Amino acid sequence: MAWFPAPLAGRVASLLLLLAIWEAAAWLADSRLFPGPGAVLTTLADDAVHGDLLHDLGATLARVAVAFVLAMAGGTAIGITMARWRALDTLLDSGVVLLLNLPALVIAVLLYVWLGLTEAAAIGAVTLSKLPTVVVTLREGARTLDRDLADMAESFHFGVWRTWRHVTLPQLAPFFLVASRNGLALIWKIVLVVELLGRPDGIGYAIQVFFQLFDIRRLIAYALAFVAVVLAVEWGVLQPLERRLARWRR
Amino acid sequence: MAPVTIGVSLDIHEKRYPGHSGARRVTALCNLRACVAPSEFCVITGPSGCGKTTLLNIIAGLDRNFDGALNFTPAEGGAPRIGYVFQSPRLLPWRTVRENVALVLPRNADRMELERLLTDIGVADVADAYPAQLSGGMARRAALARAFAMGPDLLLMDEPFLSLDAAAADRLRGLLLRLVSTRPATVLFVTHDLAEAVELADRILVLSPAPGRVVAEMPIAVPRERRRDLGQLAELRAELARLAGHPIGPKYSENSIFTGK
Repeated sequence: MAWFPAPLAGRVASLLLLLAIWEAAAWLADSRLFPGPGAVLTTLADDAVHGDLLHDLGATLARVAVAFVLAMAGGTAIGITMARWRALDTLLDSGVVLLLNLPALVIAVLLYVWLGLTEAAAIGAVTLSKLPTVVVTLREGARTLDRDLADMAESFHFGVWRTWRHVTLPQLAPFFLVASRNGLALIWKIVLVVELLGRPDGIGYAIQVFFQLFDIRRLIAYALAFVAVVLAVEWGVLQPLERRLARWRR
Repeated sequence: MAPVTIGVSLDIHEKRYPGHSGARRVTALCNLRACVAPSEFCVITGPSGCGKTTLLNIIAGLDRNFDGALNFTPAEGGAPRIGYVFQSPRLLPWRTVRENVALVLPRNADRMELERLLTDIGVADVADAYPAQLSGGMARRAALARAFAMGPDLLLMDEPFLSLDAAAADRLRGLLLRLVSTRPATVLFVTHDLAEAVELADRILVLSPAPGRVVAEMPIAVPRERRRDLGQLAELRAELARLAGHPIGPKYSENSIFTGK
């Protein structure tokens, strides 16, 4: 399905409406535990300049980036290999199903116990939570590869690299995109839990601290900064990529 | 450098498809012997399912799982360059026409030559379009351009003009003959349209129903320009039908021969 950019004015209007409702609700509640957007945005700017916000955000994004790349690369390789070799598919399938249904919290706790409260354990837990969804999606994609086009590439002596780049990869691209988007949505949620459980920095850690201090203003400010990054990735990377990959479709 | 074209000599004892769970095994080809001379335009015809496509896949090297021998003459000069035009165009939908054709070229290929070829084949105007935007005839032209772009010694064509309207198929046959006269290649052309066979071939091989083998052979000495003469055409076609010895499909009744003009 093609994506059409909503008119900018509409997007801005809906954002302003949301802010107005929030401000009104905060004014009605009149509580330290329900700050309005003005207070939150001031805190956001202040913490970005003077506080740890950028450091924490950076730490979280770095974890997301590493886990994302590891899970996509590993999941793609495993998924395609499983689609090619039936024996391997049978062998690994139950493992994939198990991992797919194991709660991320369990994976995180186990890895923290086994590897200590380390960066490796944190990134490993996020990667393992996302990996099986990538495997399943890419395996499905690799199973639907067009035999006729593969024969065409072979008869014209495309070789391994040209076949991969011009024949195989474009067929896998939609599956890759679905895996990226679903995987990213999953990672955003899991990474905060993993940080909250066992890291000394990152947005998840900060949120835990603010929770204990009942500092709701900061808690919302940090969450907003995080959401802003997610939206930037969605609009700046995923959607343009999606349009680019779909341009040959009529 | 004068292009050297390539002959093919085939001696296939047996080609079987393994039966998948439950399905019976199918023998596609059996005791098929044939020789194709360099620069010859050889048309292969026969009833549906007689193994024509299997035969082309074997020659193309896509199917090595058969019992028999496949040789190219002259044997020296390494593997022949084979251009394959499939039954459906098999263009990469995510690449433009120009990219599709350029993909089969060696890395240091002459881009001007490519543009000349696109113009000759009549796809220069749609070179930047994606295959989904092309008409059936244009897509087939693009597939033809791809096969010629690599400078083939041997051209394999598997009912390449199937499902085109009569006029479009006729134009493409004319184009093919022009291309082969300026860019010589040995051609193996599969069709079950007898009129098409008679119009194009230097020699026609008729295969039996499965398992396929050559049951008749018919050289056509009449020059191509005179084959347009309806009397001449009917005579050749009648001879071919007699050689085939079995109905090649009721579809090819008298009037179907004359639709191509």
